[in-house]
Amino acid sequence: MSDAHTPKWLSAYAIGYLVFLYAPVLLLPIFAFNDSAIINFPLKGFTTQWFEGLWTTEALHSAVRNSLFVALTTCTISTVLGVCAARASTRYHFPAKRGIMGLIMVPLVLPEIIVAVSLLVVLIQLGLDLSLWSVILGHVLICVPFSIAVLASAFKNFDRSLEEASLDLGVGRVATFFRITLPLVAPGIISSLLITFTISLDEFIIAFFLTGTDATLPVYIWSQLRFTARLPGVMALGTILLTISLLLLILAEWFRRWSARRSGADLESGTGGLY
Amino acid sequence: MVTVRATLPGRALRFPWLRGEHFTGLVLISPTFLYAIALLAVPLLAVVLFSFWTQDYLRIDRTFTFVNYKEAWSEPIYQLLMLRSLAIAAVTTVVTILLAYPIAYFVSFHVHRRKSLWIFLITIPFWTSYLLRVFLWKVILGYNGVLNSTLEWLGVIKQPLTFILYNANAVVITLAHAWAPFAILPIYVALERIDRSLLEAAKDLGDGPFRRFWRVTLPLSMGGVVAAFLIVFIPTIGDYVTPRLVGGTDGLMIANMIQAQFGKANNKPLGAALAISAMLIVTSIALLIFWLNRRFTPGQR
Repeated sequence: MSDAHTPKWLSAYAIGYLVFLYAPVLLLPIFAFNDSAIINFPLKGFTTQWFEGLWTTEALHSAVRNSLFVALTTCTISTVLGVCAARASTRYHFPAKRGIMGLIMVPLVLPEIIVAVSLLVVLIQLGLDLSLWSVILGHVLICVPFSIAVLASAFKNFDRSLEEASLDLGVGRVATFFRITLPLVAPGIISSLLITFTISLDEFIIAFFLTGTDATLPVYIWSQLRFTARLPGVMALGTILLTISLLLLILAEWFRRWSARRSGADLESGTGGLY
Repeated sequence: MVTVRATLPGRALRFPWLRGEHFTGLVLISPTFLYAIALLAVPLLAVVLFSFWTQDYLRIDRTFTFVNYKEAWSEPIYQLLMLRSLAIAAVTTVVTILLAYPIAYFVSFHVHRRKSLWIFLITIPFWTSYLLRVFLWKVILGYNGVLNSTLEWLGVIKQPLTFILYNANAVVITLAHAWAPFAILPIYVALERIDRSLLEAAKDLGDGPFRRFWRVTLPLSMGGVVAAFLIVFIPTIGDYVTPRLVGGTDGLMIANMIQAQFGKANNKPLGAALAISAMLIVTSIALLIFWLNRRFTPGQR
Protein backbone atom coordinates (compact mmCIF):
# COMPACT_ATOMS: atom_id res chain seq x y z
CA MET A 1 0.00 0.00 0.00
CA SER A 2 1.11 3.56 -0.50
CA ASP A 3 0.83 4.37 3.21
CA ALA A 4 4.40 5.32 3.97
CA HIS A 5 3.89 5.79 7.70
CA THR A 6 3.20 2.96 10.08
CA PRO A 7 0.89 3.82 12.98
CA LYS A 8 2.85 3.94 16.24
CA TRP A 9 0.46 1.60 18.02
CA LEU A 10 0.95 -1.02 15.33
CA SER A 11 4.74 -0.98 15.62
CA ALA A 12 4.44 -1.09 19.40
CA TYR A 13 2.04 -4.00 19.10
CA ALA A 14 4.40 -5.88 16.77
CA ILE A 15 7.21 -5.55 19.30
CA GLY A 16 4.94 -6.50 22.19
CA TYR A 17 3.80 -9.55 20.27
CA LEU A 18 7.37 -10.66 19.62
CA VAL A 19 8.05 -10.37 23.37
CA PHE A 20 5.01 -12.60 24.00
CA LEU A 21 6.26 -15.11 21.42
CA TYR A 22 9.81 -15.21 22.75
CA ALA A 23 9.13 -14.95 26.50
CA PRO A 24 9.02 -18.69 27.26
CA VAL A 25 11.91 -19.47 24.95
CA LEU A 26 14.15 -16.82 26.52
CA LEU A 27 13.48 -18.14 30.02
CA LEU A 28 14.94 -21.51 29.07
CA PRO A 29 18.65 -20.53 29.00
CA ILE A 30 18.13 -18.16 31.95
CA PHE A 31 17.03 -20.96 34.26
CA ALA A 32 19.45 -23.45 32.73
CA PHE A 33 22.37 -21.36 34.02
CA ASN A 34 20.71 -20.28 37.27
CA ASP A 35 22.34 -21.63 40.42
CA SER A 36 19.15 -22.69 42.18
CA ALA A 37 17.22 -25.94 42.29
CA ILE A 38 13.94 -24.00 42.15
CA ILE A 39 12.71 -22.52 38.87
CA ASN A 40 11.95 -19.10 40.24
CA PHE A 41 12.93 -15.45 40.37
CA PRO A 42 15.06 -13.78 41.70
CA LEU A 43 18.03 -15.47 40.04
CA LYS A 44 20.77 -16.79 42.33
CA GLY A 45 24.01 -17.05 40.39
CA PHE A 46 25.70 -18.56 37.38
CA THR A 47 26.37 -22.29 37.17
CA THR A 48 26.94 -24.97 34.57
CA GLN A 49 26.22 -27.81 37.01
CA TRP A 50 22.86 -28.64 35.39
CA PHE A 51 24.59 -29.22 32.07
CA GLU A 52 27.25 -31.35 33.74
CA GLY A 53 24.54 -33.44 35.39
CA LEU A 54 23.19 -34.38 31.98
CA TRP A 55 26.42 -36.20 31.09
CA THR A 56 25.88 -38.76 33.82
CA THR A 57 22.15 -39.44 33.33
CA GLU A 58 21.98 -42.84 31.63
CA ALA A 59 18.17 -42.74 31.04
CA LEU A 60 18.61 -39.49 29.12
CA HIS A 61 21.32 -40.97 26.92
CA SER A 62 19.17 -43.92 25.92
CA ALA A 63 16.22 -41.57 25.27
CA VAL A 64 18.45 -39.49 22.99
CA ARG A 65 19.58 -42.63 21.14
CA ASN A 66 15.96 -43.77 20.73
CA SER A 67 14.84 -40.38 19.51
CA LEU A 68 17.70 -40.12 17.02
CA PHE A 69 16.83 -43.56 15.67
CA VAL A 70 13.14 -42.66 15.38
CA ALA A 71 13.79 -39.24 13.87
CA LEU A 72 16.37 -40.45 11.34
CA THR A 73 14.18 -43.34 10.17
CA THR A 74 11.09 -41.13 10.07
CA CYS A 75 12.73 -38.36 8.07
CA THR A 76 14.13 -40.82 5.54
CA ILE A 77 10.87 -42.72 4.97
CA SER A 78 8.65 -39.65 4.94
CA THR A 79 10.93 -37.80 2.52
CA VAL A 80 10.94 -40.78 0.12
CA LEU A 81 7.12 -40.94 0.32
CA GLY A 82 7.03 -37.15 0.02
CA VAL A 83 9.16 -37.19 -3.14
CA CYS A 84 6.82 -39.72 -4.80
CA ALA A 85 3.70 -37.76 -3.88
CA ALA A 86 5.10 -34.31 -4.64
CA ARG A 87 6.40 -35.47 -8.01
CA ALA A 88 3.10 -37.21 -8.86
CA SER A 89 0.98 -34.23 -7.84
CA THR A 90 3.04 -31.55 -9.59
CA ARG A 91 3.93 -33.39 -12.80
CA TYR A 92 1.08 -35.80 -13.58
CA HIS A 93 -2.67 -35.84 -13.88
CA PHE A 94 -4.37 -38.97 -12.66
CA PRO A 95 -7.87 -40.05 -11.66
CA ALA A 96 -9.13 -39.09 -8.20
CA LYS A 97 -6.09 -36.86 -7.67
CA ARG A 98 -7.87 -34.51 -5.28
CA GLY A 99 -9.25 -37.34 -3.17
CA ILE A 100 -5.92 -39.15 -2.98
CA MET A 101 -3.94 -36.02 -2.12
CA GLY A 102 -6.67 -35.04 0.34
CA LEU A 103 -6.35 -38.32 2.24
CA ILE A 104 -2.56 -38.03 2.34
CA MET A 105 -2.73 -34.46 3.69
CA VAL A 106 -5.45 -35.21 6.30
CA PRO A 107 -3.01 -35.65 9.24
CA LEU A 108 -2.34 -31.89 9.00
CA VAL A 109 -5.83 -31.17 10.31
CA LEU A 110 -6.37 -34.20 12.51
CA PRO A 111 -5.77 -33.89 16.26
CA GLU A 112 -2.64 -35.93 16.95
CA ILE A 113 -4.39 -37.81 19.71
CA ILE A 114 -6.74 -39.31 17.10
CA VAL A 115 -3.78 -40.55 15.05
CA ALA A 116 -2.23 -41.98 18.21
CA VAL A 117 -5.42 -43.68 19.40
CA SER A 118 -6.23 -45.19 15.99
CA LEU A 119 -2.76 -46.66 15.54
CA LEU A 120 -2.84 -47.99 19.10
CA VAL A 121 -6.17 -49.73 18.49
CA VAL A 122 -4.84 -51.41 15.34
CA LEU A 123 -1.63 -52.54 17.01
CA ILE A 124 -3.58 -53.95 19.96
CA GLN A 125 -5.97 -55.78 17.64
CA LEU A 126 -3.11 -57.25 15.64
CA GLY A 127 -1.50 -58.29 18.92
CA LEU A 128 1.73 -56.48 18.05
CA ASP A 129 4.08 -55.21 20.70
CA LEU A 130 4.63 -51.49 21.00
CA SER A 131 8.14 -50.43 20.11
CA LEU A 132 10.08 -47.62 18.55
CA TRP A 133 8.83 -48.89 15.19
CA SER A 134 5.21 -48.21 16.14
CA VAL A 135 6.26 -44.63 16.96
CA ILE A 136 7.97 -44.39 13.56
CA LEU A 137 4.79 -45.54 11.77
CA GLY A 138 2.84 -42.72 13.41
CA HIS A 139 5.53 -40.10 12.88
CA VAL A 140 5.84 -40.88 9.17
CA LEU A 141 2.10 -40.37 8.84
CA ILE A 142 2.19 -36.84 10.30
CA CYS A 143 5.51 -35.90 8.63
CA VAL A 144 4.59 -36.80 5.03
CA PRO A 145 2.24 -33.79 4.53
CA PHE A 146 5.01 -31.41 5.64
CA SER A 147 7.48 -33.14 3.36
CA ILE A 148 5.06 -32.83 0.43
CA ALA A 149 4.49 -29.14 1.17
CA VAL A 150 8.22 -28.45 1.04
CA LEU A 151 8.92 -30.67 -1.97
CA ALA A 152 5.89 -29.63 -4.04
CA SER A 153 7.26 -26.09 -4.25
CA ALA A 154 10.67 -27.43 -5.30
CA PHE A 155 9.15 -29.68 -7.99
CA LYS A 156 6.73 -27.02 -9.18
CA ASN A 157 9.37 -24.39 -9.70
CA PHE A 158 11.96 -26.21 -11.68
CA ASP A 159 12.34 -25.92 -15.42
CA ARG A 160 10.72 -28.94 -17.05
CA SER A 161 12.44 -28.33 -20.39
CA LEU A 162 15.65 -29.68 -18.84
CA GLU A 163 13.95 -33.04 -18.38
CA GLU A 164 12.50 -32.92 -21.86
CA ALA A 165 15.94 -32.17 -23.30
CA SER A 166 17.33 -35.18 -21.50
CA LEU A 167 14.52 -37.41 -22.81
CA ASP A 168 14.98 -36.06 -26.34
CA LEU A 169 18.65 -36.93 -26.14
CA GLY A 170 17.67 -40.54 -25.58
CA VAL A 171 18.22 -40.84 -21.82
CA GLY A 172 15.62 -43.12 -20.24
CA ARG A 173 12.90 -41.85 -17.88
CA VAL A 174 14.43 -43.41 -14.78
CA ALA A 175 17.94 -42.22 -15.63
CA THR A 176 16.59 -38.74 -16.34
CA PHE A 177 14.87 -38.66 -12.98
CA PHE A 178 18.05 -39.59 -11.13
CA ARG A 179 20.45 -37.50 -13.24
CA ILE A 180 18.41 -34.36 -13.92
CA THR A 181 15.36 -34.09 -11.71
CA LEU A 182 16.74 -35.30 -8.40
CA PRO A 183 19.89 -33.11 -8.38
CA LEU A 184 17.73 -30.08 -9.21
CA VAL A 185 15.37 -30.65 -6.29
CA ALA A 186 18.15 -31.81 -3.93
CA PRO A 187 17.95 -28.67 -1.77
CA GLY A 188 14.22 -29.26 -1.35
CA ILE A 189 14.93 -32.83 -0.31
CA ILE A 190 17.49 -31.74 2.25
CA SER A 191 15.12 -29.19 3.69
CA SER A 192 12.36 -31.83 3.85
CA LEU A 193 14.72 -34.17 5.70
CA LEU A 194 15.62 -31.46 8.20
CA ILE A 195 12.03 -30.40 8.84
CA THR A 196 10.62 -33.91 9.24
CA PHE A 197 13.59 -34.79 11.47
CA THR A 198 12.80 -31.80 13.70
CA ILE A 199 9.07 -32.63 13.85
CA SER A 200 9.72 -36.25 14.78
CA LEU A 201 12.33 -35.30 17.38
CA ASP A 202 9.83 -33.06 19.16
CA GLU A 203 6.62 -35.10 18.77
CA PHE A 204 5.15 -36.18 22.10
CA ILE A 205 1.56 -37.48 21.97
CA ILE A 206 2.06 -40.24 19.39
CA ALA A 207 5.28 -41.33 21.07
CA PHE A 208 3.54 -41.24 24.47
CA PHE A 209 0.79 -43.60 23.26
CA LEU A 210 2.84 -45.87 21.05
CA THR A 211 6.20 -46.22 22.72
CA GLY A 212 6.76 -49.46 24.55
CA THR A 213 9.47 -49.59 27.17
CA ASP A 214 11.86 -47.41 25.17
CA ALA A 215 11.17 -43.75 25.90
CA THR A 216 11.87 -41.13 23.25
CA LEU A 217 13.29 -37.78 24.33
CA PRO A 218 9.94 -35.95 24.74
CA VAL A 219 8.52 -38.93 26.66
CA TYR A 220 11.61 -38.80 28.91
CA ILE A 221 11.18 -35.05 29.43
CA TRP A 222 7.50 -35.59 30.28
CA SER A 223 8.47 -38.10 32.96
CA GLN A 224 10.96 -35.61 34.42
CA LEU A 225 8.51 -32.70 34.63
CA ARG A 226 6.86 -34.33 37.64
CA PHE A 227 9.99 -34.10 39.78
CA THR A 228 10.83 -30.59 40.98
CA ALA A 229 14.44 -31.57 41.64
CA ARG A 230 14.93 -32.59 38.01
CA LEU A 231 13.64 -29.33 36.53
CA PRO A 232 16.92 -27.39 36.29
CA GLY A 233 18.36 -30.34 34.38
CA VAL A 234 15.35 -30.28 32.07
CA MET A 235 15.97 -26.56 31.47
CA ALA A 236 19.59 -27.30 30.54
CA LEU A 237 18.46 -30.07 28.22
CA GLY A 238 15.88 -27.74 26.68
CA THR A 239 18.57 -25.13 26.04
CA ILE A 240 20.68 -27.68 24.18
CA LEU A 241 17.65 -28.82 22.14
CA LEU A 242 16.76 -25.20 21.36
CA THR A 243 20.25 -24.54 20.03
CA ILE A 244 20.20 -27.70 17.90
CA SER A 245 16.77 -27.05 16.39
CA LEU A 246 17.73 -23.43 15.66
CA LEU A 247 20.80 -24.60 13.76
CA LEU A 248 18.76 -27.22 11.87
CA LEU A 249 16.11 -24.67 10.93
CA ILE A 250 18.54 -22.05 9.76
CA LEU A 251 20.13 -24.78 7.66
CA ALA A 252 16.72 -25.86 6.30
CA GLU A 253 15.77 -22.26 5.49
CA TRP A 254 19.11 -21.74 3.80
CA PHE A 255 18.62 -24.84 1.64
CA ARG A 256 15.09 -23.79 0.81
CA ARG A 257 16.24 -20.38 -0.37
CA TRP A 258 19.07 -21.94 -2.32
CA SER A 259 16.59 -24.31 -3.93
CA ALA A 260 14.20 -21.46 -4.71
CA ARG A 261 16.99 -19.35 -6.18
CA ARG A 262 18.14 -22.28 -8.29
CA SER A 263 14.72 -22.70 -9.78
CA GLY A 264 14.24 -18.96 -10.10
CA ALA A 265 11.29 -18.61 -7.74
CA ASP A 266 10.36 -15.35 -6.15
CA LEU A 267 11.67 -15.52 -2.59
CA GLU A 268 9.35 -13.02 -0.97
CA SER A 269 6.20 -14.74 -2.22
CA GLY A 270 7.37 -18.13 -1.02
CA THR A 271 6.54 -18.56 2.62
CA GLY A 272 5.24 -21.95 1.51
CA GLY A 273 8.61 -23.52 2.15
CA LEU A 274 8.34 -24.30 5.80
CA TYR A 275 4.62 -24.73 6.04
CA MET B 1 -13.62 -41.56 -0.74
CA VAL B 2 -11.40 -43.19 -3.29
CA THR B 3 -11.32 -46.90 -3.94
CA VAL B 4 -8.08 -48.82 -3.71
CA ARG B 5 -8.95 -50.61 -6.93
CA ALA B 6 -8.27 -47.51 -8.94
CA THR B 7 -4.55 -47.77 -8.22
CA LEU B 8 -4.13 -51.33 -9.43
CA PRO B 9 -1.96 -51.51 -12.56
CA GLY B 10 -4.23 -54.21 -14.01
CA ARG B 11 -6.85 -51.61 -14.77
CA ALA B 12 -4.46 -49.88 -17.11
CA LEU B 13 -4.66 -52.86 -19.45
CA ARG B 14 -8.43 -52.91 -19.47
CA PHE B 15 -8.86 -49.15 -19.58
CA PRO B 16 -6.60 -47.54 -22.18
CA TRP B 17 -7.09 -44.08 -20.67
CA LEU B 18 -5.14 -45.27 -17.67
CA ARG B 19 -1.99 -45.65 -19.74
CA GLY B 20 0.69 -43.02 -20.04
CA GLU B 21 0.25 -39.88 -17.94
CA HIS B 22 -2.47 -41.25 -15.70
CA PHE B 23 -0.76 -44.54 -15.15
CA THR B 24 2.64 -43.05 -14.30
CA GLY B 25 0.97 -40.61 -11.92
CA LEU B 26 -0.91 -43.37 -10.13
CA VAL B 27 2.14 -45.60 -9.86
CA LEU B 28 4.12 -42.71 -8.44
CA ILE B 29 1.50 -41.71 -5.89
CA SER B 30 0.71 -45.29 -4.84
CA PRO B 31 3.42 -45.82 -2.14
CA THR B 32 2.35 -42.67 -0.28
CA PHE B 33 -1.33 -43.37 -0.92
CA LEU B 34 -1.12 -46.99 0.24
CA TYR B 35 0.73 -45.84 3.35
CA ALA B 36 -2.09 -43.40 4.12
CA ILE B 37 -4.68 -46.13 3.50
CA ALA B 38 -2.92 -48.68 5.70
CA LEU B 39 -1.97 -46.36 8.56
CA LEU B 40 -4.66 -43.70 8.48
CA ALA B 41 -7.86 -44.86 6.76
CA VAL B 42 -7.80 -48.44 8.06
CA PRO B 43 -6.90 -47.45 11.66
CA LEU B 44 -9.64 -44.81 11.70
CA LEU B 45 -12.15 -47.43 10.56
CA ALA B 46 -10.75 -49.78 13.19
CA VAL B 47 -11.38 -47.18 15.90
CA VAL B 48 -14.97 -46.80 14.68
CA LEU B 49 -15.43 -50.57 14.85
CA PHE B 50 -13.68 -50.77 18.21
CA SER B 51 -15.98 -48.10 19.67
CA PHE B 52 -18.94 -50.46 19.18
CA TRP B 53 -17.32 -53.21 21.25
CA THR B 54 -16.92 -53.49 25.01
CA GLN B 55 -14.09 -54.34 27.32
CA ASP B 56 -14.26 -56.57 30.34
CA TYR B 57 -11.00 -56.02 32.22
CA LEU B 58 -8.50 -57.34 29.63
CA ARG B 59 -10.87 -59.20 27.33
CA ILE B 60 -12.47 -57.40 24.38
CA ASP B 61 -16.09 -58.43 23.77
CA ARG B 62 -16.82 -58.08 20.05
CA THR B 63 -20.59 -57.93 20.31
CA PHE B 64 -21.90 -54.89 18.48
CA THR B 65 -23.37 -52.37 20.93
CA PHE B 66 -24.08 -48.65 21.27
CA VAL B 67 -23.37 -48.73 25.00
CA ASN B 68 -20.14 -46.70 24.74
CA TYR B 69 -21.79 -43.94 22.74
CA LYS B 70 -24.71 -43.89 25.15
CA GLU B 71 -22.26 -43.43 28.01
CA ALA B 72 -20.13 -40.90 26.13
CA TRP B 73 -23.11 -38.70 25.28
CA SER B 74 -25.17 -39.02 28.47
CA GLU B 75 -22.73 -39.16 31.41
CA PRO B 76 -22.42 -35.62 32.88
CA ILE B 77 -18.63 -35.89 33.21
CA TYR B 78 -18.13 -36.61 29.50
CA GLN B 79 -20.66 -33.97 28.50
CA LEU B 80 -18.85 -31.47 30.70
CA LEU B 81 -15.43 -32.33 29.30
CA MET B 82 -16.67 -32.21 25.73
CA LEU B 83 -18.42 -28.85 26.16
CA ARG B 84 -15.44 -27.43 28.00
CA SER B 85 -13.07 -28.61 25.26
CA LEU B 86 -15.28 -26.95 22.67
CA ALA B 87 -15.49 -23.74 24.70
CA ILE B 88 -11.76 -23.60 25.42
CA ALA B 89 -10.88 -24.38 21.80
CA ALA B 90 -13.34 -21.74 20.53
CA VAL B 91 -12.08 -19.04 22.92
CA THR B 92 -8.47 -19.99 22.19
CA THR B 93 -9.07 -19.78 18.46
CA VAL B 94 -10.76 -16.38 18.65
CA VAL B 95 -8.05 -14.98 20.97
CA THR B 96 -5.28 -16.41 18.79
CA ILE B 97 -6.75 -14.89 15.64
CA LEU B 98 -7.43 -11.50 17.26
CA LEU B 99 -3.82 -11.38 18.45
CA ALA B 100 -2.45 -12.70 15.16
CA TYR B 101 -4.34 -10.49 12.71
CA PRO B 102 -2.57 -7.19 13.53
CA ILE B 103 0.87 -8.80 13.32
CA ALA B 104 0.05 -10.43 9.96
CA TYR B 105 -1.28 -7.05 8.81
CA PHE B 106 1.84 -5.31 10.07
CA VAL B 107 4.20 -7.64 8.19
CA SER B 108 2.12 -7.62 5.02
CA PHE B 109 1.45 -3.87 4.78
CA HIS B 110 4.16 -2.15 6.78
CA VAL B 111 7.27 -4.28 6.41
CA HIS B 112 8.69 -3.59 2.99
CA ARG B 113 12.04 -5.25 2.62
CA ARG B 114 12.61 -7.95 5.21
CA LYS B 115 9.26 -9.74 5.08
CA SER B 116 10.60 -13.28 5.05
CA LEU B 117 12.93 -12.43 7.93
CA TRP B 118 9.91 -11.32 9.97
CA ILE B 119 8.03 -14.50 9.11
CA PHE B 120 11.10 -16.50 10.09
CA LEU B 121 11.37 -14.59 13.39
CA ILE B 122 7.72 -15.30 14.13
CA THR B 123 8.09 -19.03 13.56
CA ILE B 124 11.40 -19.67 15.36
CA PRO B 125 10.00 -20.05 18.90
CA PHE B 126 7.71 -22.82 17.66
CA TRP B 127 10.44 -25.15 16.69
CA THR B 128 11.56 -25.55 20.27
CA SER B 129 10.24 -28.42 22.35
CA TYR B 130 6.46 -28.16 22.64
CA LEU B 131 6.48 -29.76 26.10
CA LEU B 132 9.00 -27.26 27.40
CA ARG B 133 7.18 -24.29 25.91
CA VAL B 134 3.99 -25.34 27.69
CA PHE B 135 5.91 -26.05 30.87
CA LEU B 136 7.55 -22.62 30.73
CA TRP B 137 4.12 -20.99 30.71
CA LYS B 138 3.57 -22.74 34.01
CA VAL B 139 6.78 -21.08 35.22
CA ILE B 140 5.58 -17.70 33.93
CA LEU B 141 2.00 -17.88 35.25
CA GLY B 142 2.67 -19.64 38.57
CA TYR B 143 1.99 -18.32 42.10
CA ASN B 144 5.67 -17.42 42.53
CA GLY B 145 6.08 -17.24 38.79
CA VAL B 146 7.82 -14.77 36.54
CA LEU B 147 4.73 -12.67 35.90
CA ASN B 148 3.67 -12.42 39.55
CA SER B 149 7.14 -11.66 40.87
CA THR B 150 7.68 -9.02 38.19
CA LEU B 151 4.33 -7.35 38.89
CA GLU B 152 4.98 -7.43 42.64
CA TRP B 153 8.45 -6.01 42.13
CA LEU B 154 6.96 -3.23 40.01
CA GLY B 155 4.41 -2.62 42.77
CA VAL B 156 1.45 -3.21 40.45
CA ILE B 157 -0.01 -5.92 42.69
CA LYS B 158 0.29 -6.74 46.40
CA GLN B 159 -0.91 -10.35 46.27
CA PRO B 160 0.10 -12.81 43.55
CA LEU B 161 -2.57 -13.28 40.90
CA THR B 162 -4.11 -16.73 41.17
CA PHE B 163 -6.61 -16.69 38.32
CA ILE B 164 -3.94 -17.25 35.70
CA LEU B 165 -2.73 -20.77 36.51
CA TYR B 166 -4.38 -24.17 36.90
CA ASN B 167 -7.60 -23.20 35.17
CA ALA B 168 -9.08 -22.64 31.75
CA ASN B 169 -7.49 -19.15 31.47
CA ALA B 170 -4.04 -20.68 31.65
CA VAL B 171 -4.98 -23.19 28.95
CA VAL B 172 -6.22 -20.40 26.68
CA ILE B 173 -3.09 -18.25 27.18
CA THR B 174 -0.76 -21.18 26.60
CA LEU B 175 -2.60 -22.46 23.53
CA ALA B 176 -2.88 -18.94 22.06
CA HIS B 177 0.90 -18.85 22.25
CA ALA B 178 1.44 -22.39 20.98
CA TRP B 179 -0.73 -21.94 17.88
CA ALA B 180 0.18 -18.34 17.02
CA PRO B 181 2.11 -19.01 13.78
CA PHE B 182 -0.64 -21.28 12.49
CA ALA B 183 -2.97 -18.30 12.66
CA ILE B 184 -0.48 -15.68 11.46
CA LEU B 185 0.65 -17.49 8.31
CA PRO B 186 -2.69 -18.10 6.57
CA ILE B 187 -3.85 -14.55 7.36
CA TYR B 188 -0.54 -13.16 6.12
CA VAL B 189 -0.80 -15.13 2.88
CA ALA B 190 -4.37 -13.88 2.34
CA LEU B 191 -3.31 -10.27 3.00
CA GLU B 192 -0.39 -10.60 0.59
CA ARG B 193 -2.78 -11.66 -2.16
CA ILE B 194 -4.90 -8.53 -1.88
CA ASP B 195 -4.60 -6.36 -4.96
CA ARG B 196 -3.19 -3.10 -3.60
CA SER B 197 -4.85 -1.09 -6.35
CA LEU B 198 -8.24 -1.84 -4.76
CA LEU B 199 -7.07 0.06 -1.67
CA GLU B 200 -5.82 2.92 -3.85
CA ALA B 201 -9.24 3.01 -5.49
CA ALA B 202 -11.03 3.11 -2.12
CA LYS B 203 -8.70 5.92 -1.05
CA ASP B 204 -9.30 7.90 -4.22
CA LEU B 205 -13.02 7.51 -3.73
CA GLY B 206 -12.68 9.12 -0.34
CA ASP B 207 -12.68 6.19 2.10
CA GLY B 208 -10.72 6.81 5.29
CA PRO B 209 -8.23 4.23 6.63
CA PHE B 210 -10.82 2.62 8.90
CA ARG B 211 -13.53 2.26 6.24
CA ARG B 212 -10.91 1.06 3.79
CA PHE B 213 -9.90 -1.67 6.18
CA TRP B 214 -13.48 -2.59 7.05
CA ARG B 215 -14.82 -2.65 3.50
CA VAL B 216 -11.82 -3.84 1.47
CA THR B 217 -8.98 -5.40 3.46
CA LEU B 218 -10.97 -7.37 6.02
CA PRO B 219 -13.49 -8.99 3.62
CA LEU B 220 -10.70 -9.89 1.20
CA SER B 221 -8.66 -11.52 3.97
CA MET B 222 -11.57 -13.53 5.40
CA GLY B 223 -10.38 -16.65 3.55
CA GLY B 224 -7.16 -16.53 5.56
CA VAL B 225 -9.06 -15.91 8.80
CA VAL B 226 -11.30 -18.92 8.18
CA ALA B 227 -8.28 -21.08 7.32
CA ALA B 228 -6.61 -19.90 10.54
CA PHE B 229 -9.76 -20.69 12.49
CA LEU B 230 -9.85 -24.27 11.23
CA ILE B 231 -6.10 -24.83 11.58
CA VAL B 232 -6.15 -23.67 15.21
CA PHE B 233 -9.57 -24.92 16.31
CA ILE B 234 -9.32 -28.52 15.14
CA PRO B 235 -6.07 -29.52 16.87
CA THR B 236 -6.63 -27.49 20.06
CA ILE B 237 -9.77 -29.49 20.86
CA GLY B 238 -7.62 -32.59 21.04
CA ASP B 239 -4.74 -31.10 22.99
CA TYR B 240 -3.49 -33.22 25.84
CA VAL B 241 -0.31 -31.64 27.15
CA THR B 242 -1.51 -28.10 27.87
CA PRO B 243 -4.58 -28.94 29.98
CA ARG B 244 -2.56 -31.54 31.82
CA LEU B 245 0.32 -29.18 32.69
CA VAL B 246 -1.39 -25.82 33.27
CA GLY B 247 -5.10 -26.64 33.40
CA GLY B 248 -5.48 -27.95 36.94
CA THR B 249 -8.68 -29.95 37.46
CA ASP B 250 -10.96 -27.22 36.08
CA GLY B 251 -9.01 -27.03 32.85
CA LEU B 252 -8.94 -30.70 31.89
CA MET B 253 -10.19 -31.49 28.41
CA ILE B 254 -11.54 -34.42 26.43
CA ALA B 255 -8.11 -35.66 25.29
CA ASN B 256 -7.12 -36.19 28.93
CA MET B 257 -10.18 -38.40 29.37
CA ILE B 258 -9.47 -40.33 26.17
CA GLN B 259 -5.94 -40.97 27.37
CA ALA B 260 -7.23 -42.05 30.77
CA GLN B 261 -9.57 -44.57 29.14
CA PHE B 262 -6.66 -46.01 27.20
CA GLY B 263 -4.49 -45.94 30.32
CA LYS B 264 -5.52 -46.12 33.98
CA ALA B 265 -9.31 -46.39 33.52
CA ASN B 266 -8.65 -49.20 31.05
CA ASN B 267 -11.82 -48.95 29.00
CA LYS B 268 -10.41 -48.66 25.50
CA PRO B 269 -13.71 -49.01 23.59
CA LEU B 270 -15.15 -46.11 25.60
CA GLY B 271 -11.99 -44.13 24.85
CA ALA B 272 -12.49 -44.91 21.17
CA ALA B 273 -16.15 -43.80 21.34
CA LEU B 274 -15.07 -40.53 22.99
CA ALA B 275 -12.41 -39.97 20.34
CA ILE B 276 -14.85 -40.65 17.49
CA SER B 277 -17.50 -38.41 19.08
CA ALA B 278 -14.99 -35.58 19.45
CA MET B 279 -13.89 -36.04 15.87
CA LEU B 280 -17.48 -35.97 14.58
CA ILE B 281 -18.24 -32.79 16.50
CA VAL B 282 -15.06 -31.09 15.27
CA THR B 283 -15.68 -32.15 11.68
CA SER B 284 -19.27 -30.90 11.66
CA ILE B 285 -18.22 -27.54 13.13
CA ALA B 286 -15.42 -27.28 10.57
CA LEU B 287 -17.78 -28.05 7.70
CA LEU B 288 -20.33 -25.56 9.03
CA ILE B 289 -17.74 -22.79 9.19
CA PHE B 290 -16.44 -23.69 5.75
CA TRP B 291 -19.99 -23.53 4.38
CA LEU B 292 -20.82 -20.26 6.17
CA ASN B 293 -17.69 -18.69 4.74
CA ARG B 294 -18.59 -19.75 1.20
CA ARG B 295 -22.10 -18.53 1.64
CA PHE B 296 -21.51 -15.15 3.21
CA THR B 297 -18.06 -13.89 2.29
CA PRO B 298 -17.94 -12.01 -1.00
CA GLY B 299 -15.30 -12.96 -3.52
CA GLN B 300 -15.17 -16.62 -2.50
CA ARG B 301 -15.47 -19.12 -5.30
